[in-house]
Amino acid sequence: MPLMLLMVLPFAAALMLALGARGGRRMHVGIAAGASAAGLALLLLAAPAVLAGTPLTARIAWIPALGLDLSLWLDPLGLLFAGLILGIGLLVVIYAQGYLAKAEPTGRFLSFLMLFQGAMIGIALSNNILLMLIFWELTSLSSFLLIGFWRDRADARQGARMALAVTGGGGLALIAGMLLLGQAAGSYELATILTRGAVVQASPLYPAILTLVLLGAFTKSAQFPFHFWLPHAMAAPTPVSAYLHSATMVKAGVFLLARLWPVLAGSDLWFYLVASTGLVTMLFGAGVALFRNDLKTILAYSTISQLGLMVMLLGFGTPAAATAAVFHILNHAAFKAALFMNAGIVDHETGTRDIRRLGGLAALMPLTATLGTLAVAAMAGLPPLGGFISKEMMLEQSLHAAQDGRSWLVPLLATIAATLSVAYSLRYATAQFFGRRATGDVAAPHDPGMAMIGPSIVLVLVALGFGLLPMTIAGPLVRAATGAVIGGSPPALDLALWHGINPALGMSALAVVIGALLLWRRAPVARWLDGRPALDAKRLFDGAMAAIVARSRDASLAIHAPSLQRYLFMLFAVAVLFGIDAALTPGGLPAGTRATLPASPVAVVAWFALVVATGIVVAMQRQRFLALVFISVIGLVIALAFVHLSAPDLALTQIAVEVVTILLMLLALHLLPKVPPQLSSLPRRSRDALLAAVAGIGTGWAAWAVMTRDLRDTVSSFHWANSYPGGGGTNVVNVTLVDFRAFDTLGEIIVLGIAGLAIYALLEPAARGTAGRRLREWRHDMPHSPERHPMMFVMATRLLLPLALLVGLYIFLRGHNQPGGGFIAALVVSIAILLQYLASGFDWTDDRRRIGEHPLIAVGVLIATATGLGSLVFGARFLTSSFGYFHIPLVGEVELATAMFFDTGVACVVVGAVMMALAQLSHVAQRAARNRDQADEETSA
Amino acid sequence: MSLEFLIASGIAVLTAGGVYLALRGRTFQVVLGLTLLSYAVNLFLFAIGRLVVDRPPLFAKGVTDYADPLPQALVLTAIVITFGMTALVVILSLRSFLESGSDQVDGIADAVPGPGQDRA
Repeated sequence: MPLMLLMVLPFAAALMLALGARGGRRMHVGIAAGASAAGLALLLLAAPAVLAGTPLTARIAWIPALGLDLSLWLDPLGLLFAGLILGIGLLVVIYAQGYLAKAEPTGRFLSFLMLFQGAMIGIALSNNILLMLIFWELTSLSSFLLIGFWRDRADARQGARMALAVTGGGGLALIAGMLLLGQAAGSYELATILTRGAVVQASPLYPAILTLVLLGAFTKSAQFPFHFWLPHAMAAPTPVSAYLHSATMVKAGVFLLARLWPVLAGSDLWFYLVASTGLVTMLFGAGVALFRNDLKTILAYSTISQLGLMVMLLGFGTPAAATAAVFHILNHAAFKAALFMNAGIVDHETGTRDIRRLGGLAALMPLTATLGTLAVAAMAGLPPLGGFISKEMMLEQSLHAAQDGRSWLVPLLATIAATLSVAYSLRYATAQFFGRRATGDVAAPHDPGMAMIGPSIVLVLVALGFGLLPMTIAGPLVRAATGAVIGGSPPALDLALWHGINPALGMSALAVVIGALLLWRRAPVARWLDGRPALDAKRLFDGAMAAIVARSRDASLAIHAPSLQRYLFMLFAVAVLFGIDAALTPGGLPAGTRATLPASPVAVVAWFALVVATGIVVAMQRQRFLALVFISVIGLVIALAFVHLSAPDLALTQIAVEVVTILLMLLALHLLPKVPPQLSSLPRRSRDALLAAVAGIGTGWAAWAVMTRDLRDTVSSFHWANSYPGGGGTNVVNVTLVDFRAFDTLGEIIVLGIAGLAIYALLEPAARGTAGRRLREWRHDMPHSPERHPMMFVMATRLLLPLALLVGLYIFLRGHNQPGGGFIAALVVSIAILLQYLASGFDWTDDRRRIGEHPLIAVGVLIATATGLGSLVFGARFLTSSFGYFHIPLVGEVELATAMFFDTGVACVVVGAVMMALAQLSHVAQRAARNRDQADEETSA
Repeated sequence: MSLEFLIASGIAVLTAGGVYLALRGRTFQVVLGLTLLSYAVNLFLFAIGRLVVDRPPLFAKGVTDYADPLPQALVLTAIVITFGMTALVVILSLRSFLESGSDQVDGIADAVPGPGQDRA
C-alpha cells in the first residue's frame, strides 16, 4: 500500500496542479513540495526494513495475458534512486519558487515537473520491465515538455525536439530489447529476470538484447555519440537542468545498467561495449567542458563526462567497481544539482551565463561563491569532499581492470579524464568567483534570498558529509544498493578519505597537479580552438533530420500521387496478378463437369443486347446522356436474367434500383461538365484495354469454373429447411434478410444511412464558397423544354402517387411469403415520391412533405435495432424473430411476425437514404436554376 | 450455347468494360465504370449459387429442388448498397467539380480557367 501511495502521489499532484493552474504560486509550490515531502517521508519510513533486506512489493493485475501487471517493489537500489528523485525534487521545487519570474505559469511548470517525478519514481519502483518501459517513455515526454517550457524560444523548442528524438529513439530500441529480454528470460517480472542471468547470457538473443538495451541506456544517459542532446537541453529553465539533466533523468540509463547488471553484466561483450563507451564519454565530455564558455554548457559536458565515469565503472563488471558507481551516483547528484542551482543564481543575479563576462564574484556574493567553490571541489575530486573518495575509487578500479588483463589504456585514459575534469572544475570556480571583477549586466549583484540559496546549502552540506563521514551518512545505503546491483552479498565497504599511500592516491595527485598546469596553459589552446569551426553535432543532427523528412516526403509523394487512375490501375493489376497466380498454382482453376442449361433464343438475344450496350457505353465518350440510356439497357437485361434464373426478389430490386440510379446520374450529369474529355494517349489506352481484357477474361473464366462445378451441401439448406418452421415465412430470401442474417441487414442499413448523411454533408455547404460561386455561374448548356412542368406529366404523376404507395404497401406486406419485402417496397415508394419532384418541381413537393429524410433514417435504424433488442427482453438472442397467427374478423387468418417491424425499419432507412441523395441533388440543381433565372431577370430589366 | 456460358461471358464483358472505364481520367467515366463493375460483381455473386430455371426459392413442403436463397439474399443487399455507393461517388465527384472546377481524376492540372472567366 505505501508503494502504491508513493507511486500515485506525484501524479495526483501533477493533476491537481494542472487543474489548479490558475491558482496562486504559493498554492502551486505547496502542492508540489507537499507531495515530494510526503513521498520522502513514506520512503524514510520504509527504509529501515528495505535496508535490512526485505524489499517491499505491491501488485495489481493489469493485463495478465500480456504478462503486464502493475507490479512494484522497493529494494535498496530503488530506494536510493527514489530517495534522489524525491529529495532533490523537493529542493528543486523550493528553488524554482525563487527562480521563476512572477509572471511565469508556475502551475504548468510544476505540473510537468511532478509528472516527471512520477515517471521517474515509476522507473525506480517497477518490478515489471514492460511497466518500466511505459514510465521510461513518460520521462522522455515530460523532459520534452520541460525543456520546451519557454515555448516562445526557438532554442528551447529545438532542444526539446532533439532530446525527444534521441531519447525517444533510444526508447524504441529499449522496447525491442526488453521484449527480447522477457522472451529469453521467460518472464517480464524483474525479480524473476534478475535470477536468470545465466539463461539470458546463454541465449542466442543475448547480443541483440544487450545492444538494444544499451542503445536505450546510452541515449538516455547522454553517452558518446548520443551525448549531443544534453547541451541543447540546457535551454530549459535551470531548475529543470538541475533536476532532470544532472541528478535524475540522465541517470536513468545508469540506473538501468545497474538494475540489469546481474542479468547482462559479466560478459566480454558487456565489458567492451559498456566500459569503452563510458571511458570515451568521460574523456570526451571532460575535454569539451574545458573549452566552453556558457556556465550551463560547461556543466552539461561535465555531466556527460561524469555519467561516462559511472557507465565505465558498471562496465568493469566487478562488485568493487559497482560500489564505486553507486557511491558516485550519490556524490554526483549532490554536487551537480548544487552547481546547476549555483549557475542559476549567478545567471539570475548578473544576467549572464558567459564565464568570460564574470569574475571576482566572491566579494559581492560570498555565500554563493563559497557554495559554488565547495561544489566545484567535489566535482574536481578534491578532499575532503565525497567526490574525492569516489574519484579515487574510480582510479583504483581502472588499475584493477588493467591488472585483470584488460588494456593499460584504461588507467591512463581514466587519469587523463580526471586531469581534464580538475582543469575545467578549477576554471569554472576561479573564472567566476575570483580574479578581476566582472559582473555581467548588473553593477552590484548580491546573494539571493533563502528560497534560492537554501537548497544548494543543503546539497553542499550533503556533499561535504559524504566526504567527512562517508560510512555514517552513505555507508548503509551504498552497501545495500550495491548488494542489489550485483544481486548478492555486497563486498566489504570502506569509504574513507585516507587509505594510506597507494597508486590511486598518486594518480589522483597527479591529476590535480597536471590539471592545474593545464588550466594555466589553457588560453593558447582556447584561442587556437576559437579559430576553427565549432564542432557541434547539432548540425549533423539537423542535417540528418532534414534528410529523413525529405526522403519521407519523396516516398509518400511517390506512393500517394494525386491520381485516381494510378491507384485504380495498381488495384486492378494486383487483383489480376492474384488471379493469375491462383490459376497457375497446381490444381489451377479447371472447369467442372456439371450439366449446363440450354439457352433459349430469347436469352441469346438478351445477351447480345447486353454485350452491345456495354460496348456502346465504353465507346460513348462524347454522348454522355446516351451512355446513360445504354447503362439502363444493361440493368434491364440483368433484371431479366434474374427473372429467368429464379430470382424474383432480385429482379424487382434491380429494376427499382436501376430507376433511381439513372435518375441520380441524370441529375448529376446536369451539373457536371458535358465537354467531351480529351482522350488519353494511345499507349495508355492500349495498356488499360489490355488490363481490362485480362481482368474480364479472368473473371469470366472464374465464373464459368464455379458454375460448371457441382454445388456441395451448403448452409443454404439450413435456411431452406428452417425458413417456414423457424422464421414463419415462405420467401426464403426475405426470411434470410430479416431473420437469419438480420444482423448483416442491420449493418447494411446503417451503412446506407451513413451514406445518405454523407451526401447531405457534401451537398449542403455546396452553395457557399467557391462551389457556390460556380453554381451561381452555372448555365444551361442543354436544350430543354420551354415548359418547366408539363401538365400531362404533373397530372399523371399526382394520380399515380396513391397507386404507387398502395403497390409499395402491398409489396411490403407480401414480402415475407412472396417476392417483395422492405427493400423493394421502399424503392417503389421512393420512385413515386421522386416523380413528384420531377414533375411538379422541388418547391411544390418539398412544401407538401411532412417527414424529413434525417428523421426517417434515424427512426428506421432505431426501429430495426429496437426489434432486435426486443428479443433480449424475452430471453432470446439479439434479433431473434417471433411470429404468430391471429384471426381478425372479416379479414381472416393473419400472420404477424416481429420480423415485420424489422422490415419496417429497413424500409424507412432505404426511403430516407434514397430521398436524401436525390432530393438534395435536385435541390442543388434547383438553386442553380433559380439563381440563373434571377440573374436573367435582372439583366433584362 | 448454354446459359452458363452466356452469364460467364456477360460477366467478362461487364468486367472488362468496367475496368477500362474506371481507368479513364474523368469522374463521370469512372462512375460509369464502377456501375458496370458492380453489375459484374453482383452477377458473379449470384452465379455462385449456380443457375436454376423456374425454381424460385419460395418454400413449399416436399420441394427439394430450388434456387439457392443465400446468394440471392446477399446480392439483394449488395444491389441496394451499390446504389448507396454510386450515389456517394456521384455526389463526391460533383462536389469536387464544384470546388475545383475540374472533373479530372488523373492528377494532371486541368487547363480549365477559374470561375468568372470561362463563359464570358
